[in-house]
Amino acid sequence: MTAIFLRELNSYFISPIGYVYLAAVYVLAGYEYAILILGGSADLSNEFAFLYTVTLLLTPILTMRLMSEDKKQKTEQALFSAPVTSGGIVAGKYFSAFVVYLAGVAITLLHTVFLAPYAKISWMIIIGNYVGIALMGLAGIALCMYISAQTENQIVAAVGGLAAMLLVISLNSLAGVIPFEPVQKALYAISFYSRYHNLTLGIFKVSDLFFFISFAAVFFFLTTRVLEKRRWSGK
Amino acid sequence: MIEVRELVKKYGNKTVLDHVSFDVKDGEILGLLGPNGAGKSTTMNIITGNLAATDGTAAIDGHEILEEPLRAKKELGYLPEIPPLYVDMTVKAYLSFIYRLKKCKLPKKEHLEEVCRAVQIIDVYDRVIKNLSKGYRQRIGIAQAMIGNPKVLILDEPTVGLDPKQMIEIRNLIRSFGKTHTVILSSHILSEVQAVCDRVVVINKGKVIADDTAENLSGHLNGRRLRVKVEGPQKMVEEGLKTIPGVKAVYPIVCTEPGCCAFELHSDEHTDIRRQTSAYFKASPWLLLEFTEAEISLENIFLKLTDSKGGKK
Repeated sequence: MTAIFLRELNSYFISPIGYVYLAAVYVLAGYEYAILILGGSADLSNEFAFLYTVTLLLTPILTMRLMSEDKKQKTEQALFSAPVTSGGIVAGKYFSAFVVYLAGVAITLLHTVFLAPYAKISWMIIIGNYVGIALMGLAGIALCMYISAQTENQIVAAVGGLAAMLLVISLNSLAGVIPFEPVQKALYAISFYSRYHNLTLGIFKVSDLFFFISFAAVFFFLTTRVLEKRRWSGK
Repeated sequence: MIEVRELVKKYGNKTVLDHVSFDVKDGEILGLLGPNGAGKSTTMNIITGNLAATDGTAAIDGHEILEEPLRAKKELGYLPEIPPLYVDMTVKAYLSFIYRLKKCKLPKKEHLEEVCRAVQIIDVYDRVIKNLSKGYRQRIGIAQAMIGNPKVLILDEPTVGLDPKQMIEIRNLIRSFGKTHTVILSSHILSEVQAVCDRVVVINKGKVIADDTAENLSGHLNGRRLRVKVEGPQKMVEEGLKTIPGVKAVYPIVCTEPGCCAFELHSDEHTDIRRQTSAYFKASPWLLLEFTEAEISLENIFLKLTDSKGGKK
């Protein structure tokens, strides 16, 4: 698993994907930060709220070649015949994407540190934001990784991931317009937004933490199943 | 060392492997021989855990590949049909990755260098794989299989894409490796299998049609076949050839030279008809232009093996 993790992490920076992803996150986060500062506000929650959309929309870029490339280049045969489980293969890839994701959102740490001498920072809220964005990353990457495992085409993986993430982002608004209460409740329950929003306010609810982690676990597990299935069907 | 029992692989209605069984003993080099699409790669993919069989089992060193995959794969080196290379890495980085992936315990630097020297890729050690030729890629593929010094090496057409000199070197390498390891290699080239393997399993259309030593197999098939090219009328020559003692059958073969005709003469395994044939032409009014012992090609083997199977039924 460590070998796969290190190789995947390395490959983000052999290809331009890692750089492009980080540059995009840094520029967009910086843009929002600049707006905040120029507006005279020190409430970083706004920046995190903005990052909610940015990180979710950019996650498919991180994951598009994660599973699909091995299938296309037939390199998965090296992984399958090595003493490593499907879970180990998926975990190595998954956490490499997560590390790049964290490297992206870590820019806000600098933003916070630079702001600290000039404004009163509510650290609990900042920590809540970090926990929230990290958990959301775990969930989003797992979903997009699962989509990447379905195809051997990076573009298909990226577009599929993007569609899924747009759905995830808009679930909250969708729930708002549904007049049928049980459905509305169900949609709110699986919406990332309200749970993430709680965390950005510094409210830690076990159910929210549990939601993101179990969401990630489900798609992680499904991805390992896809690998196993390929072994059975040979496709 | 390797036990393959009653492997069946079906894709929908299509049966790709039909009850394939064979054993490979410790320190043996087994050749899987068969035409393209016979099921060689499928068999190898199943043994290495890349593909699950519809039915049947495969075990390495007593560990069944689906029951105890990690143990079975620990002693396994596999070169698939297409070498599994991460082409944007350097050879060094790639082999280091494989070294870590296989949880190899040997001293890293020395071991990697030793492997690279053995397959002669040391001169491209620091180059990016995508810039290398097919021959190099194939050898990097062999190198990755050899990393960790596994007890079992499974090589799917290891000499594809190599030039004749490299082919001989790789065959020698496999031979020397086979002294202390167990090797399965697949090929559709008969001479390669004969040169390298102790034993040959012939697969055709998903079935094992022969399992024997290379010597026995070729000896058995050395059923004498002579090719002759004769200046003379085809009909009469053919009739004449049939009268040679020991000749079982005469088949006309293509001949474009005007006024000439060519034939293949078959005899049974233990009869040498060269002398009789030569003597026949000495006495005949026709001129013998060419006289060769027909090479046993893979097609001949299949014809022979499928013929004899058909005969039994």
